[in-house]
Amino acid sequence: VSAVTETAAPAAERVGRGRRITLPIILLGIAVLLLVLSLLRVITGADDVASSGTISASIAAAIPIGLAGLGGLWAERAGVVNIGLEGMMILGTFGAGYFGYFYDPWVGVIGAVVLGAVGGLIHAVATISFGVDHIVSGVAINIIALGAVQYLAALAFAGEPGGGTSQSPTIGDLPRLTIGFLSDPLGDLEGQNWFFVSDVAAFLRALVSGLSSLTLIALALFVLTWYVLWRTAFGLRLRSCGENPGAAESLGVNVYLYKFIAVTISGGLAGLGGGFLAMVASSTYRDGQTGGRGYIGLASMIFGNWRPGGLLTGSFLFGYTDTVRLRSGGESVHALLLLVAVLLIALAVWQWRNGQRTLAAVSVGIGVAAGIWFLLSDTVPGDFTSMTPYVATLLVLAMFSQRLRMPAANGLRYRRGSAG
Amino acid sequence: MSETVRARLVNLGLMLLAPVLALLVAYGVTTLILVLAGDPAGAVWAQILSWPEQRNLINIVNSASVYYLSGLAVAIGFRMNLFNIGVDGQYRIAAFVAAVIAGEAWLPGYLNTALAVVAAMLVGAAWAGIAGLLRVTRGVSEVISTIMLNAISTALVAYLLRKWALRVEGSNDIGTKPIPEGSRVPGFTIDGVVTEIYGFVVLAVIMGILYSVIINRTRFGFDLRATGHSETAAVASGVSVKKMIMISMLLSGAVAGLVGLPILFGDAYSYGATFQSGLGFAGIAIALLGRNNAIGIVLGALLFAFLDEQSNPLQIVVDVSPQIVEITQGVIVLAVVIAYEVVARIRTRLEQRHAGRDRGPGSDADETPPDGPSGTPGRDREVSV
Repeated sequence: VSAVTETAAPAAERVGRGRRITLPIILLGIAVLLLVLSLLRVITGADDVASSGTISASIAAAIPIGLAGLGGLWAERAGVVNIGLEGMMILGTFGAGYFGYFYDPWVGVIGAVVLGAVGGLIHAVATISFGVDHIVSGVAINIIALGAVQYLAALAFAGEPGGGTSQSPTIGDLPRLTIGFLSDPLGDLEGQNWFFVSDVAAFLRALVSGLSSLTLIALALFVLTWYVLWRTAFGLRLRSCGENPGAAESLGVNVYLYKFIAVTISGGLAGLGGGFLAMVASSTYRDGQTGGRGYIGLASMIFGNWRPGGLLTGSFLFGYTDTVRLRSGGESVHALLLLVAVLLIALAVWQWRNGQRTLAAVSVGIGVAAGIWFLLSDTVPGDFTSMTPYVATLLVLAMFSQRLRMPAANGLRYRRGSAG
Repeated sequence: MSETVRARLVNLGLMLLAPVLALLVAYGVTTLILVLAGDPAGAVWAQILSWPEQRNLINIVNSASVYYLSGLAVAIGFRMNLFNIGVDGQYRIAAFVAAVIAGEAWLPGYLNTALAVVAAMLVGAAWAGIAGLLRVTRGVSEVISTIMLNAISTALVAYLLRKWALRVEGSNDIGTKPIPEGSRVPGFTIDGVVTEIYGFVVLAVIMGILYSVIINRTRFGFDLRATGHSETAAVASGVSVKKMIMISMLLSGAVAGLVGLPILFGDAYSYGATFQSGLGFAGIAIALLGRNNAIGIVLGALLFAFLDEQSNPLQIVVDVSPQIVEITQGVIVLAVVIAYEVVARIRTRLEQRHAGRDRGPGSDADETPPDGPSGTPGRDREVSV
């Protein structure tokens, strides 16, 4: 499946794309983002657009999506499309619920990872050993996982106090981190509602109060993934399996083994994402808890151009839109309409200057529509706010798909010894 | 026995081998899970594999007709190497529009029904068309875009339902205006049984015949299959791939639009919050099971409907969660694609041995590439990318 078809980009642009993402650039990006949000807050009066509550909830919403996406990244960098992330996440929610409740929260974390990895292993056997189409296998795994956890949950939790056929009893908490002497003054500062200063305080406060240890682990996994895949020989070999497995094999790389490892890790990460949903985002396992987040993770990986940094940005975007609809949803999403309108019109100008006339016209059209909607209404109906992440994904894919480049041999069947 | 008869028998045997293998694997895996979980596997299978009563048989035919339409919609895409994962969203929004139109009853009697059916097909096609358009103009994978469109349609229908629906009498549910008596599609009754077979089973049959004829007997169908097999070859023979993608996406969506209609016109008569969902994903499994073949999909749909219906009373009869059958269904799908792959490999090996023998000693049969275009028969590559 061609997720994107690449157009021939000018050489200069290719060089430009290789820019390193360094710490100053990240900090600058966050600052600009906060500036935009605080402007938005002041103009529209929607206070929840950048409150510390919104930000910490966004982080909690972004992490499971990010972990699923990270799973997708591992698999697809090794050339295996993993649409079964959703199913592996579902397995993870049950793993966390079962082992977290009957043993210990940390055993629950391990259970989530292991069950997810089992899903990954099934996907690996089907796609790598048997050459089954990757999407077919993924869809089948999603069906199996859904049935399996519902069956097992009914079996495991039905008689337990506080549990039911579709829900586990409360799972114990994982340790949370609060740095009290920083959190309280930052809270005061946030309460002042000063332009920009309060928003920075809110952002920092979200980082130092009630941050789950699993969040920190997840963020560390992003860094680790980047390091392993882009800075070690192992990672180079793994990525070579996704770019040109024939060439990799001719250089002595055991392509099957690398793909197996990658897809199993992929399942484990998605499982951890599911575990996060059950243990941190809530404190029980429930049927249907993932709600399609595996797919969103896949989308944010594509959004992030198959890179960890971009993926993290993407998952925060989804986490944010997912959260903001819950926190004074109508008002906040209404405020975001203005931002969308301005961004799209700016984008249109840029596209026009690049000679993409039709695209620019489409952007202006949508941008103006969003602007008019903003001016003519006070709030956005709840159902529309729940659409935001999906519409955002579609828009982003439609606008930027030509600038994305997936691993060259991604989704293709590879059989040992088939390279000349 | 002559050589050709023998070869044909081997071929037939190999063709049947894959589904049989898959069913056995699914049976084994399900049994294993039941035993490991401490549930009575024997009693579960006794219930599932018992001969259904007449009432259950009718239910099976009814839900099979719905599954069939869903499988067909997916199969149209598969023929063209497109993954229409969005059948779910397409039928939901189409069924809603059909329910609204039929409920408003602007036209009398069956004209009203016909209008609603056409509208459902158009809406389904349009919704799938968005994904098609994004694919051909912007290169966005239809897999991702249809998944997003599924979620969007859920929210959109929920919004529209709240806006236009009426409260159903005597409950908290809301639904569209009920379809007037004269526009409902009467079912077939079988003597002595209250449950009726949906009248729209006929619709499923007609669509199946149309599908088979168009794919196998027309120029368009040939182009579609050719493009699905090899884009470059199709381009070389003057087929516009973009046009084919767009058309097959629209057709797939149009058929997907019909999925909810047998239920709507034969049973529910209005679209409410509890309208059956998840039929699209079953369609993917069923299309795979039936190898995108009109008859094969019938068998797949019947099998899925059979498993659903027979597992329903599991909770009451043997105190086992009926979700176990979902595992069976999923394993069947995975096992069947793996089994087809294994069978294709066996077939290749047989052909190679055959060729080697024909050429006599000294020839090297291993020279044939194991996975070359001559090795795997074309029909085994329909969904491989």
